[in-house]
Amino acid sequence: MTYETTNILVCGIGGQGVMTATEILSEAAIAEGHDVKKTEVAGMSQRGGVVTSHLRFGKKVLSPQIAPGTADVLLGFEAAEALRWAHFLKPGAMALVNDARMVPPVVELGLFKYPDDPIGDMRARGVRTVSFDAATIARDLGDLRLGNTVMLGAIADQLPFSADVLLACVVKRFERKGEKVVEMNRKAFAAGRAAAAQAATPANA
Amino acid sequence: MAAVMPAAGRDRLLMSGNEAVARAVWEAGTKVAAGYPGTPATEMLESLSAYPDLYTEWSVNEKVSLEVAIGASMMGSRAFSAMKHVGLNVASDALMTLTLTGVEGGLVIAVADDVGMSSSQNEQDSRHWGRFAHVPILEPADSQEAYDMCRYAFELSEEFQVPVILRLTSRICHVKGLVKVGERIERKTTGFNRNAERWVMVPGHAKRRIPLMLEREQELKRLSDETPLNVLERGSDRRVGFITSGPAYMHVRETFPEAPVLKLGLSYPWPLAKAYELEEMVDTVVVVEEVEPLLETELKAAGIAVQGKAFLPRIGELAPEVVKPAVERLLRKEAVPAPESAVALPPLFPRPPTLCASCPHMGVYYTLSQLKNLTISGDIGCYTLGAGHPWNSLDSTICMGASMGIALGMDKGRGEADKNKRIVAVIGDSTFMHMGMQGLLDITWNRGNVTILLLDNGTVGMTGGQNTPANGRDIHGQGAPRIDFPRLVEALGVKKERIHVVDPYQLPVLFKTLRDETKIDDVSVIITDRPCVLIEEFKPFKPYVVEEDKCTGCGNCVEVGCPAIHVTRRDKVVKPSGKEVDLAFTRIDSIACTGCGLCVQPCAPEAIIHFEPAGRVVSIQPV
Repeated sequence: MTYETTNILVCGIGGQGVMTATEILSEAAIAEGHDVKKTEVAGMSQRGGVVTSHLRFGKKVLSPQIAPGTADVLLGFEAAEALRWAHFLKPGAMALVNDARMVPPVVELGLFKYPDDPIGDMRARGVRTVSFDAATIARDLGDLRLGNTVMLGAIADQLPFSADVLLACVVKRFERKGEKVVEMNRKAFAAGRAAAAQAATPANA
Repeated sequence: MAAVMPAAGRDRLLMSGNEAVARAVWEAGTKVAAGYPGTPATEMLESLSAYPDLYTEWSVNEKVSLEVAIGASMMGSRAFSAMKHVGLNVASDALMTLTLTGVEGGLVIAVADDVGMSSSQNEQDSRHWGRFAHVPILEPADSQEAYDMCRYAFELSEEFQVPVILRLTSRICHVKGLVKVGERIERKTTGFNRNAERWVMVPGHAKRRIPLMLEREQELKRLSDETPLNVLERGSDRRVGFITSGPAYMHVRETFPEAPVLKLGLSYPWPLAKAYELEEMVDTVVVVEEVEPLLETELKAAGIAVQGKAFLPRIGELAPEVVKPAVERLLRKEAVPAPESAVALPPLFPRPPTLCASCPHMGVYYTLSQLKNLTISGDIGCYTLGAGHPWNSLDSTICMGASMGIALGMDKGRGEADKNKRIVAVIGDSTFMHMGMQGLLDITWNRGNVTILLLDNGTVGMTGGQNTPANGRDIHGQGAPRIDFPRLVEALGVKKERIHVVDPYQLPVLFKTLRDETKIDDVSVIITDRPCVLIEEFKPFKPYVVEEDKCTGCGNCVEVGCPAIHVTRRDKVVKPSGKEVDLAFTRIDSIACTGCGLCVQPCAPEAIIHFEPAGRVVSIQPV
């Protein structure tokens, strides 16, 4: 028996909030009645290493891992990390990428090179890439920590369920912190959605 | 981490395998649970510590944690011990005799294998312990099974009076899935039955227990063929049948939905009758097991012509993208060598884990990298990262606490070529208490010439900041006796004048102390005393910036290795001597910088200044 699943790959760097974002995406899938599996390799990741989080949901999920070439959408918290994992996408699938460049010490030491244009490289590989500056959007809203919610807003219209389901899960996360924080996150979510939609217009993509 | 404690009957909960195990341990009425942090096992005890009505502890090492569980079991209580794969090596001394005494209260050992080695020094396969110790092994394939099997493990343990190993892998521990949970049962402790022939394992007693152990193993073999945990899924495509367990089962089921599969939940002892049944059913039997060809070897010995590691990798996870092409090649009867590992990443710079901004270890490794003629014996923890760029200041890492004995062996075993080398050992506070203390005692007793850097950052940093005797807090964060390292190492035989407590942010002091102590032919211990930046004791200072017009591009600050320092521009100059020099002009990411001041000290033109006028920052002058 074969089961259809939706496969979402979230990638970034330890400390960016990749695992929390995927957790909220999982909650949304559960709210929609799906079976869910979510996996990541943690351990040394909070030490600035590579982090990927795999989310699979559907009627029933067997393997927790997304195989290369089978992701329906990629949410990249950092430009070169999105490029690193782009081969996990299905042909023609979309990547939503925060265009922040986070350069590790091994590059600063001159031992390796950071690509000049990772987003351009992704497009050159045929990946439908939507990029935006989540940090600036968050800072303009008054708090860098909103970047995570901006990212979730960006992916909201690429899911097999309504963006409101995901928004409800974001709101639930911040409920305890008061109405002001909830409102900030609503704004960040909306701003992320708008940024992704704008970047996805043919003139920009 | 908050425990998930809603009542049974609610919706299924999203739980990691570790959280599911914790829930099952609690529900089983367990009275005592102990463990030592280690990826990917850490969250089992961490979750359990938030549940009520049971005693939990971080033990100083895995052996002690298992011994604590054994004691509780002897009293007739259910007991649990959790550790990573290499932890069971440490605890195995207890295990190998526990299998003779057997248990009274149910005793479950959860051991988590780091398949794929995200954070370990080796990739050993804990299933070997089943055969070695003659104990049953349960292998869940997802969070729900981790919960179900852990509940069952306590019953199995009591039914056969045997310790049960719950073998997990990273892909169980750290995968979240939906779990239907139950309620905690109330379980009365049966009380200690004084019985020297059972509990005092002198040779005469132990000899009488061995036949009982072997008899028990025979009964478990029968159980293995009967239990619903070992299920033959009959399938419809009879070309290939699989024998598999753990997460590999999910990968196989996903990849070959119509194939017959013998899924092993109780993987030791293996169900031989069911394996024969599968063999009858299909053209080819393939064993898909992470990591070693353990079942494969046993089944071949039993006369079943199985396929396995000749075409499946022997390291790493057997994910669908690994299993699928391998089995397809087998079906086409192509002779293909076993692939080395799973999937190659596209060519891109690596992003290895690195020390955090302001990490107190950074000053230590920067200093070590500036000193010549050292041979440095390292240990297990965040500070193993000192082997990486830019410091390259570790010459060996083997296992927990090994820096001590290895340093002594380097000292005693050195020949003419190394006679002028200074031997240094680097060890963290938790690793020192885990298994380093005995090594230090060996060094002092045997008059070794070693300089020891004891990096006391007040926590188990690598696994996320668990409490240790070094920070005076227990697993719940409550106050507990705090170890006094200078007094401890003095008691272990280090002369008082050879013990120094140094602030690792004060590079000149650290440099001088290290240089002086390595020159003295005696055992010295240099204790650094700054907290890990990830724990509450760490108080950030004001961030620094680079004054652009003062920066000469010397690149000294980059050599400190801080992730908050970035190169803005590179250049080359030709010195009067004709030598070409690379320049790197820098900036500091003021959001990441917490103002430790390490980069300020080697900055030749004093171009690194506070972001705003300094407040309570310790003034540190360059050498």
